[in-house]
Amino acid sequence: MDYSLHFGAVWASFDKLLSGLAIGLGLAVVAVAIGTLLGLLSAFASVAPYRALRSLAALYVSLVRNLPLLVLVLLAYFALPQTGITLDKYQSFVGALALYSGAYLTEVFRAGLISVPKGVIEAARSIGLTRLQTNVSVVAPIMLRNALPSLGNTFIGMFKDSSIAAAIAVPELTFEARKINVDTFRVIETWTVASGLYIAACVVIAMLLRGLERRFPKF
Amino acid sequence: MQVFLDQLWIARFALWDGFLLTVQIAAASILFGTLLGGIVGIQLSYAPWWLKLPFRLYVDIMRGTPVLVLILAAFYIPSVAGLSLGPTQAGILALSLFAGAHIGELLRGSLQAIPPGQAEAGRSIGLTFPQLLAYVLLPQAARSALPPWINTGVELIKGSSLLSMIGVGELLLKTQEIIGRNFMTIQFYVFAGILYLAINIVLDQLGKAVERRVGQH
Repeated sequence: MDYSLHFGAVWASFDKLLSGLAIGLGLAVVAVAIGTLLGLLSAFASVAPYRALRSLAALYVSLVRNLPLLVLVLLAYFALPQTGITLDKYQSFVGALALYSGAYLTEVFRAGLISVPKGVIEAARSIGLTRLQTNVSVVAPIMLRNALPSLGNTFIGMFKDSSIAAAIAVPELTFEARKINVDTFRVIETWTVASGLYIAACVVIAMLLRGLERRFPKF
Repeated sequence: MQVFLDQLWIARFALWDGFLLTVQIAAASILFGTLLGGIVGIQLSYAPWWLKLPFRLYVDIMRGTPVLVLILAAFYIPSVAGLSLGPTQAGILALSLFAGAHIGELLRGSLQAIPPGQAEAGRSIGLTFPQLLAYVLLPQAARSALPPWINTGVELIKGSSLLSMIGVGELLLKTQEIIGRNFMTIQFYVFAGILYLAINIVLDQLGKAVERRVGQH
């Protein structure tokens, strides 16, 4: 094997990789923010006293969790225009990732909801809070705190999945890496650096999340 | 609808081939991933720190890198290293390495959840370490690792769709080729989605059934 490492070609385009990383993070943040709303709604629906709501939430979760994200992305970008809804590549990717993360977050929040002690809810009801008030100011904060570690893990997962945006030519990290790879043929260097950037970003996010968990002690 | 059914009939062999390849890729990856994950899980649980280190590094690198990056790296890197792998082989390599890390980590979790008294009891009746693993620890770990192991299968079926990006003719690439011919975008993507759902829901239900059985003990 005559291949000697030359990282210079990759460092020359390092700013592109960094901007790609920023785009990936941005996509993940927006998608998980929307996904959190979807997940909260669907988690409350999944423990609701109405059968129809519970089945709807279960259908959403099993439908989306069992589909490859790439299929959702391609549907949103290429197939949706056929119905008259045209989204650009960023919107369609964020939409698909939000829908996808919402299904995973439903499970996360559901586990959080179940972990809220019954006595706390009874106490809130007995001091005269309505059902809605109880949910908003008592159940939701405890549930969010208990769900924080899994929420963080889901966010890291979705950040990694933002790489799939490369399939519809969103210029994020994987897309830029593939371009450098094809332009320079510095194959080993390119993928080592790209993978290193992903790992570094994941480690930093994980550390920030651990810090957040320490600031808000568990209920 | 009639047009779609006609097109579906024309495309039946292509879709069937793609579907079959998707299942084969996932099956091969879970097989290699389980062999690898078995070794990794045991090393992570029982090896001395200097031996544990490379395995820890492997698991963390695999879990910190997106699957798509692993696939692209496995597709491009072997050729400069003098290995010639076809796209399908490269894809199976990437998915197996990914699965090996995940299965290794979940096996470690299951092994460490076994009460220490079990290993002590095994040792005190004179079992060697391999015997202890084979007769006491692994059977108990397998029980709790089985449901998430089946879940890894779902992840691999989903992950195999990414191989369409390196030109492996699995279900999604075949679907894209068919769409390229007849422009029935929604219909064929939805059809592919239904096929993925069908495989995964079967796996998912299997996982839940196993979990219920395991939970009874």
